[in-house]
Amino acid sequence: MGLDKERPQLIVNGRRIDGRAPDELRPIEMEVGVLKNADGSAIVSFGNTRVLAAVYGPREVMPKHVAMVDRAVIRCRYRMLSFSTEERKSPAPSRREIELSKVIREALEPAIMSELFPRTAIDIFIEVLNADGGTRTTGITAAALALADAGIPMRDLVAGVAVGKVDGVIVLDINKVEDMYGEADMPVAAMPGVGRITLLQLNGVLSRDEFSQALALALRGIRKIYELQKEALRRKYVSTTEEV
Amino acid sequence: MWLRCSTLSKSKPILYFQSRDVVVPGDVIAQGDVEIETPSYVTKLEDGRVVANVMGLLNIEESGEKVKVSLIPLKGRYIPRPGDLVIGIVADAGLTAWFIDIRAPFPGVLNAADYLGRPFNPAVEDLRRYLDVGDVVIAKVAQFDRTRDPILTVQDKGLGKVVEGSLIEIEPSRVPRVIGRRRSMINMLQELTGCTIVVGNNGRILLKCPNPEVEAVAILAIKKIEAEAHTPGLTERVREFIIEEKIKRGLMSRGLG
Repeated sequence: MGLDKERPQLIVNGRRIDGRAPDELRPIEMEVGVLKNADGSAIVSFGNTRVLAAVYGPREVMPKHVAMVDRAVIRCRYRMLSFSTEERKSPAPSRREIELSKVIREALEPAIMSELFPRTAIDIFIEVLNADGGTRTTGITAAALALADAGIPMRDLVAGVAVGKVDGVIVLDINKVEDMYGEADMPVAAMPGVGRITLLQLNGVLSRDEFSQALALALRGIRKIYELQKEALRRKYVSTTEEV
Repeated sequence: MWLRCSTLSKSKPILYFQSRDVVVPGDVIAQGDVEIETPSYVTKLEDGRVVANVMGLLNIEESGEKVKVSLIPLKGRYIPRPGDLVIGIVADAGLTAWFIDIRAPFPGVLNAADYLGRPFNPAVEDLRRYLDVGDVVIAKVAQFDRTRDPILTVQDKGLGKVVEGSLIEIEPSRVPRVIGRRRSMINMLQELTGCTIVVGNNGRILLKCPNPEVEAVAILAIKKIEAEAHTPGLTERVREFIIEEKIKRGLMSRGLG
């Protein structure tokens, strides 16, 4: 599909290439506490995009000189696995991955109450298992769950989703095809509870009106994802309660 | 874009959860004037909303107009506090102090002079003669202020090197449940199993049992407490569990229970 020279028709009869309405999210799955060694972990899928996140800490900082006296250092690594794309991705960290690691870290930092743990480190690992668009926002959603699972105090959960413009229509939660052939894509992450946007990027061209429309759509999507996150976290404890 | 209620009423606050509910980060617990027990992972926003910061069990105390909220986390690393009892494993021996793994983000420092109870001269003696890497010690956190590594002491009753017993680890945030209200859980465990149990605040538990069978029962019981820490009526359930397990293993006959 990716090698077609012809640009596919992205919107047919008001339906998108995968049959969704413009303001519809892909089917979302979330599971918390999937890894034993990590202090906190989560696996999240948005349609075919599947991302695993693991959190360690607060733990001793190694090397020691990077420690900060007034708060925890937060380190984040975003990585796409070799088999996550149609064509094998070189396992070496690319420019894109290094940049996304920084962007994701900055999207999560405002939520983490790092001032409670001076001279420690919190490590976040985000591994993309299968990439089909919106991996950074899926990664942020998974990492926020993993942080909460690790018991790290947070001001709020962070949820993210990518919106875009395809065939002149503003659409929610774009997939890889829409990202490649669309006119614009805009990943957004926010803390819905405290009303703060922590990530806002825009690739392509949107008019002022389209931008506000897209942002409103993204925030509406984020609300839904946020509720799913809370449900996923609660589920972990409700299951043991029911056994009793 | 975000709906904000700024109706700050001085009257009775609105509660959105009940006591003993499981809350997750971002959950709005209440709106209005409530008292927050410190330290607890609950914050008040400018608009009067009271929000949870960690996954945990909610505790709400209402007395007339006053509402007091606190949150017991379900998970999280151990952060030392002065006065805590910890069970540590020696990680390294320095010149005049041992560095002890206490499952915290910082190594515990146990000074040789404190351990030996006399001045220590590193020129004539080697620390490893007394405690070597891998040895287990029961200690107390003497001082810790987050600017330096926690200082440990063994100068108290029941502290010092451990020579026998089995060590198990649980989630540090669930230690209060293993001890129970006014030590009820731990007393019941010791009574029913005949083991001597030392619970460290850092989630390490040392068991000294008369025989391996009761030890197995005690460990299973502790693991059960850990898994069901957030559920009510735990002490009674664990009591039944221990009796059941003992009968199963032929350590007790049904009539005696």
